[in-house]
Amino acid sequence: MARLIITKTPKVYVGGAFIRSESGRTFPLKDSQGAFVGHVPQCTRKDLRTAVEAAARAGAGWARRTAFNRGQILYRLAEMMEARTGELADAIMLGGTAAATAKAEVSTAVDRLIYYAGWADKYEQVLGNVNPVSGPYFNFTVTEPMGVIGLIAPDDAPLLALVSLLAPTIVSGNAAVALASETQPYPAILLGEMLATSDLPGGVVNLITGYRKELLPTFATHQHLRGIGGTTNAEERKLLQSGAAESIKRVKLTSAEDRFDWTTDTAQSLYAIRDWLEFKTTWHPIGS
Amino acid sequence: MSSTGSAASRRLLDEIGSVDAVGIEERVAKYSTRSIKRASKVFGLKLAVSMVDLTTLEGKDTPGKVASLCVKALHPHVAPDEGKSLDDLPPVAAVCVYPAMVRHARRHLGNSSPVRIASVATAFPSGQSPLKTRLAEVRAAVSDGADEIDMVINRGAFLAGEFGRVQDEISAVVEACGSRALKVILETGELETYDNIRAASFLAMRVIRPGDFIKTSTGKTSSNATLGNNQVMIEAIRDYFLDTGIAIGMKPAGGIRTAKQSLAFLVAVKETLGDDWLTPARYRFGASSLLNDLLRQLVKEKTGAYQAPYAFSEATESY
Repeated sequence: MARLIITKTPKVYVGGAFIRSESGRTFPLKDSQGAFVGHVPQCTRKDLRTAVEAAARAGAGWARRTAFNRGQILYRLAEMMEARTGELADAIMLGGTAAATAKAEVSTAVDRLIYYAGWADKYEQVLGNVNPVSGPYFNFTVTEPMGVIGLIAPDDAPLLALVSLLAPTIVSGNAAVALASETQPYPAILLGEMLATSDLPGGVVNLITGYRKELLPTFATHQHLRGIGGTTNAEERKLLQSGAAESIKRVKLTSAEDRFDWTTDTAQSLYAIRDWLEFKTTWHPIGS
Repeated sequence: MSSTGSAASRRLLDEIGSVDAVGIEERVAKYSTRSIKRASKVFGLKLAVSMVDLTTLEGKDTPGKVASLCVKALHPHVAPDEGKSLDDLPPVAAVCVYPAMVRHARRHLGNSSPVRIASVATAFPSGQSPLKTRLAEVRAAVSDGADEIDMVINRGAFLAGEFGRVQDEISAVVEACGSRALKVILETGELETYDNIRAASFLAMRVIRPGDFIKTSTGKTSSNATLGNNQVMIEAIRDYFLDTGIAIGMKPAGGIRTAKQSLAFLVAVKETLGDDWLTPARYRFGASSLLNDLLRQLVKEKTGAYQAPYAFSEATESY
């Protein structure tokens, strides 16, 4: 007997749950040949608002975890992805990427997680400091996560770029709301499923899909987003920068025009962790 | 409920009519689906601000905390940047404090304040003290300057079917209040059924005065004000008003934290009791954090940008 084909409804991962857009809207996802793949949620500014709320609720607890524990959980996420390499590669190939390149992108994404997982309990030693002062005081500079960070993923390397943006953001205790590639959202949908099984508390990473044009104005003005990162074109950058000036948020954007190469080792750095850290300097009297 | 209790309750319900629980649930589920946007939303949010009984009822309350509460009640929104505060924002209806804090609130608000002082009394929240003690507490709060008294009913007596005793105690508190307004807390979470809530509403309404209130809960139990409880009580108020012409006020309390929730409650009031009840003289919200969310949404409506709770004296994760 012929079996009924069971297709998957793509859903976005927000607040530890898989949801559709509150608007009920979707947009059709097609592969490079133009064949229909699925209806992807077309998230609205209200979905973004909900995602920021979920991130804010989860963020405080995540930041209180020990650095070691955060590293272990990133490592666990890498394990989850490693086991589903084939599926992720297939998702990337929907956009027309060759099989070998797609496979390589997945392994690089896994390696990138491992890289940042390793930094989890080490970046503080490098970025923090005991400062020399001319008085009977200890003077420490320590890092603190900023809070909720908005990330805009590029269309190039839809999985690798997204992971490269997320990992350095959350490793220090930030929570993230990321907008997946508009043209190739499917790898992000799959990544959500892996995040859900990785011991990462729900809400620390929230992935939404939809149209940049609709969502970027809210990314720019939302007061609770403390930083905004990712890849944009010049026009989008201007929009984000002026909104960020109004809401006083940090902006770290790369240009879409530069076609940044996410595959090389230069795409991973301690300074990507530093991008989303605040530095606090404290004075403490030296005991007798 | 004991067998004598259920007999007494049956007699009362025969008289006032029982509640269609499924009907109530279905009715209130619709209230949250109304589309209230822009001007009507701003109107609703400001109305809700004017109805808030800004509450602090904690063992750790201090005169200093009551002082800040009073400032906030008088001036709900003062933005750090000049000119960025919300315009035409009314003060809240009242501050709600424990009896020991009434004199501190009076000192900070003065004698001609637009913000009233409500005090919970009668061994709040359990009410499990001798009547003499409970009445003494009411008198003390009144003499310290309370404008309104929030009392709890004797749920033990109610559930045992001693309805006469419940009403006698309420009458005694009415007397002890003098000219001050009274709010009778039914503690709906402990009354178990909608029928009991309706019965208790009628018992209370029959002995209080026009302008007094019935109130859902103390906020100290796990089950608080819901749209369902609110609906049962405002329908009781409507039926009592149609019977007698006496207008009783309503105060849901506990668990109303978001602006969206408060708008749904206002929809319920408008569609059940009409515009005459859309005033702080007849409808109140007992809440501690609702005001902050109302302000947050009002600033969002004004600026177009989603606001963070930490700009409105809430913790960053308190959504």
